[in-house]
Amino acid sequence: MAEFASQPIDPATVRRFEHGSRVPGWDEAVDLTKDPAIVPDLATTPVPDELRSAIEAEMAKYPDTRSASIPALFHVQARYGWCTPEGIEQAAAVMSLTPGYLVSVASFYDMLDLQPVGKNRVYVCTNISCSLRGADDLYDALLTAAGDDPDMFVRGFECLGACDIAPMASINGAYVGPIALDEVPTLMAQIRAGEEPLPAKQLSRRACVDPKAHAS
Amino acid sequence: MTNVLLFDHIDEPGLNTIDVFERRGGYEMARRALGLQPEELIDTLKASGLRGRGGAGFPLGMKASFIPKGTMQKYVVCNADESEPGTFKDRELMQKNPHQLIEGLIIAAYAVQATKAFIYIRGEYVLQADILDDALIEARRAGYIGERIFGSDFSLDLHVHRGAGAYICGEETGLLDSLEGRRGNPRLKPPFPANQGLYQGPTLINNVETLATTPVILRMGGEEYAKLGVANSAGTKLISISGNVQRPGNYEIELGMSSRDIIFGLAGGPDEGRSVKFWFPGGSSSPVLTADDLDLGYDFDSLAKAGSMLGSGAIIVVDDSNAVVDVALKLAQFYRHESCGKCTPCREGTNWTVHMLERIRSGEATPMDLDIMASVQENIIGHCLCVLGDAMAMPIASMIVKFRAEFEEHIEAARQRNPLLGAVPISDEPVLIAGAAH
Repeated sequence: MAEFASQPIDPATVRRFEHGSRVPGWDEAVDLTKDPAIVPDLATTPVPDELRSAIEAEMAKYPDTRSASIPALFHVQARYGWCTPEGIEQAAAVMSLTPGYLVSVASFYDMLDLQPVGKNRVYVCTNISCSLRGADDLYDALLTAAGDDPDMFVRGFECLGACDIAPMASINGAYVGPIALDEVPTLMAQIRAGEEPLPAKQLSRRACVDPKAHAS
Repeated sequence: MTNVLLFDHIDEPGLNTIDVFERRGGYEMARRALGLQPEELIDTLKASGLRGRGGAGFPLGMKASFIPKGTMQKYVVCNADESEPGTFKDRELMQKNPHQLIEGLIIAAYAVQATKAFIYIRGEYVLQADILDDALIEARRAGYIGERIFGSDFSLDLHVHRGAGAYICGEETGLLDSLEGRRGNPRLKPPFPANQGLYQGPTLINNVETLATTPVILRMGGEEYAKLGVANSAGTKLISISGNVQRPGNYEIELGMSSRDIIFGLAGGPDEGRSVKFWFPGGSSSPVLTADDLDLGYDFDSLAKAGSMLGSGAIIVVDDSNAVVDVALKLAQFYRHESCGKCTPCREGTNWTVHMLERIRSGEATPMDLDIMASVQENIIGHCLCVLGDAMAMPIASMIVKFRAEFEEHIEAARQRNPLLGAVPISDEPVLIAGAAH
């Protein structure tokens, strides 16, 4: 054992994350010379009127305005494409919260993006029920078909609650399935053209009761 | 036996509008409920024997009776997060018949005298949340939501709150934190939500299906409803069947129906030439059952006696073309991703279980790893604030017990394939490594 322990480790060969550490974490270290971000002043923070009124309408629904943080972040995301630092600052100003607080909330939830992503969100369910019916192949096919198109954001997602149409994907919020592998090119073309994705296979048109089930 | 209460006319076009719903007798029960005393309502719910349909199976009437009397601000929250893998019954109810849920919420809110209510729906259900929003506008316009509803002196404020993608927000206290605008971390219990829930007020929190059943119970009468199903499992249940079956989908059954009839009769069983290898009876969190258990009655007690649970009523069937290790790994990866990280056993346990299952696949594992993995599961169960960790530990532990031989075969086959390790035979004799003695 001693021989193994005394082998020198070449630091250049150790796998490191972008921020230089061997453990994952934030890519940018906190600047300790800066003061912590405080609640931005609404008077000096420029907030677009529609965004402000949308967030204020959400805040009015709850006894505690903090409850509106997820809806507010959705409004930010809808406006800017992702939760941009400026957008978060604006929401924080309207809600009287610190931007750091809203970032902590946004980082918890899968549907809120803290990095720029393509405008077409394609969530492919890769959980058990879908993967038993070929979801992993579908995910690979969609990734390949999307290629490096900057408008496409294809990601695997946890169970989307539509195992009856497995394998399925949520395309900008619309549930579509079951998607056969040979439908992927059509689907991609429809998404790129901004058309309804595979209209016949959308969940909104599916009947609940399967007459065959009760016939047998 | 199938019996249709919740899915009555479910595919009728326009049932999601208030006109069609009222033509079908909708909101009559809410109107009648507001003419009764809250205690009478709770007694009816108790008599019905309805157990919560979200997963834990706690009796609704009992839960409602725990809400303290008094004039403090009380809340009703509908858990529409439905994040348990394999479950999609609430989605169907909300999409096709949103007013039934709203009616159920009015009844429940009046029973516990809560004047504020929220429907917490998962963010992925965009279509269903939009439908609920529209239904709420209709109900508000009709005077069924808002001030002094149905001409009584009871007021109810109801809103839809959309989540943003987190399994843990289906756990009731995680949901409450998320609804308060925080990260969805579960809270220590007690205090239970019935005493200190949303904004520290007494809160009744129930699943969509449970609340949507309350108008049905009022219509039938508690005692009549209790006659459906079997002892300790009253009523009908929506079940979601998915995985390797020919007709995946939602079905309404009377509790106690044989599991074989559900999987083969309703859902058509696995494809031609395939057989059932194992199945999850109540969502991915329930311990797995095998083909030997197919004749079990589908009700709370029978499944508990077999060492599993009814859970959310989601049956996932896995046929013999799938390796148990692959399913276990998928499962563990899901729970690792969804663990909120608050409690160490769950955060670390889910992570290490994934690592160990990956070792099995890459051929680095030995049969001893199975024992370590089983002990990790034991150390998760019951040691966390919520049951997310248990939800991984229970099925994985049951797979290791029931399919140990297959795990061992898989380990050996992968080891043989591994160019670095396949050459070294596993032996009971201690292996001497040159230079290691001193």
